[in-house]
Amino acid sequence: MSAIAVSTTINGDDVEFLCQPDETLLDVLRNRLGLLGSKEGCGTGDCGACSTVMDGRVVCSCLVLGAEAEGHTIETIEGMAQGKDLHPLQRKFIEHAALQCGICTPGFLVTAKALLEVNPDPTEEEIRFWLAGNLCRCTGYDKIVRAVQDAAREMRGEVA
Amino acid sequence: MLYERPKTLQDAVGMLAETRGKAFVLAGGTDLLVRMKSDEFDANLIVDIKSIEGMSEIVETDGAFVIGAAVCCAALGEHEALRDAWPGVVEAANLIGSTQIQGRCTIAGNLCNASPAADSVPALVAAGARAKIVGPDGTRTVDVQEIPLGPGKTSLKAGELVQSIDLPKPAPRSADAYLRFIPRTEMDIAVVGVAVNLTLDADGTVASARVALGAVAPTVVLSEAAAGTLLGTRLEDEALDALAAACSAASNPIDDKRGTIEFRKHVAGVLGRRAARMAYDRAGGA
Repeated sequence: MSAIAVSTTINGDDVEFLCQPDETLLDVLRNRLGLLGSKEGCGTGDCGACSTVMDGRVVCSCLVLGAEAEGHTIETIEGMAQGKDLHPLQRKFIEHAALQCGICTPGFLVTAKALLEVNPDPTEEEIRFWLAGNLCRCTGYDKIVRAVQDAAREMRGEVA
Repeated sequence: MLYERPKTLQDAVGMLAETRGKAFVLAGGTDLLVRMKSDEFDANLIVDIKSIEGMSEIVETDGAFVIGAAVCCAALGEHEALRDAWPGVVEAANLIGSTQIQGRCTIAGNLCNASPAADSVPALVAAGARAKIVGPDGTRTVDVQEIPLGPGKTSLKAGELVQSIDLPKPAPRSADAYLRFIPRTEMDIAVVGVAVNLTLDADGTVASARVALGAVAPTVVLSEAAAGTLLGTRLEDEALDALAAACSAASNPIDDKRGTIEFRKHVAGVLGRRAARMAYDRAGGA
């Protein structure tokens, strides 16, 4: 198999990489670009640990080929904090102890951020449905949902 | 394995027709990439159709909504005119997978993957959707139910691909609905799915009906017997009882871990009744 040259934008930076035709975007991020924040859980689009944003839509990067990234804009968990300033969702996940082992956390954060961009004031039900493709096997979902609600309140400028 | 990203339909058809060995069309990839990871997967060529002009667009013409084969299901839910015209098709498409899957998966892919439990397919069939197919011999248009032949099998010939799914503009006083049963609230595969599409007369009686059942046979079932129970009625209790019985009778399901034959046949009737009521209310029946 011959490698494919791909030009893309990742977290605002122009990035070029070579990948194999059957290599996923997740494998490219982790193994070629050193972006280890996106995790491989299931590899079949069921768990959401590899969630990244592609042209504004959350996707499972395990179900996208690296070659498909050509010309598109990718955002990963690495682009979420601004320098040392954590995103409100990241701070609220810590405050609410909405994580234990942490494997699912980047996926939850990326997916929740995308939700709050289209719906700044989601109901609990809307949060739970939007995050249904992100699985957590230790903390459980209540703390995660509360952290998202709290971050949303702060981002709307309401007193938390 | 080669990965190609043609810019035109002609190039895509040429690549698919000329390859030796197995070739696959890649749209959203939410089924194909899962298959690619299996040890048994074998392909010489993947043709990514997303760079072909028009493939990722919904075009509204005088008579139809033309949905490009690479339009993701989330985009259907964001299209207000489509949602108003075909709420059942859109709700079925939006039931597939998670937020992440919605951003990639397509109704053309759902159709061509040929799973008996595909959520959008019963709704498309009830809506009278047509698939525009392009291939080495030109373009042809077929009713969507002619594409799946059985689990994983389609009637597409070598070199052919679906260009668009075309939904007609509904007649006045028409509406559709889709309901499925799954044992949890989201992220699951239909145990039974039922779509109903109704057009009413001015006085609220059902003038035409289409009822399509999913996950109860190797391919979607378009039941004329079930539709016939609703014609000339205003969905009185006797009509809904007859519909439920006809939906159960039209079902020919398998026993598996998600449901028994008996359960699936029963649920087909229950969902048929509820989906008919939803479609009737949406169409303005009282």
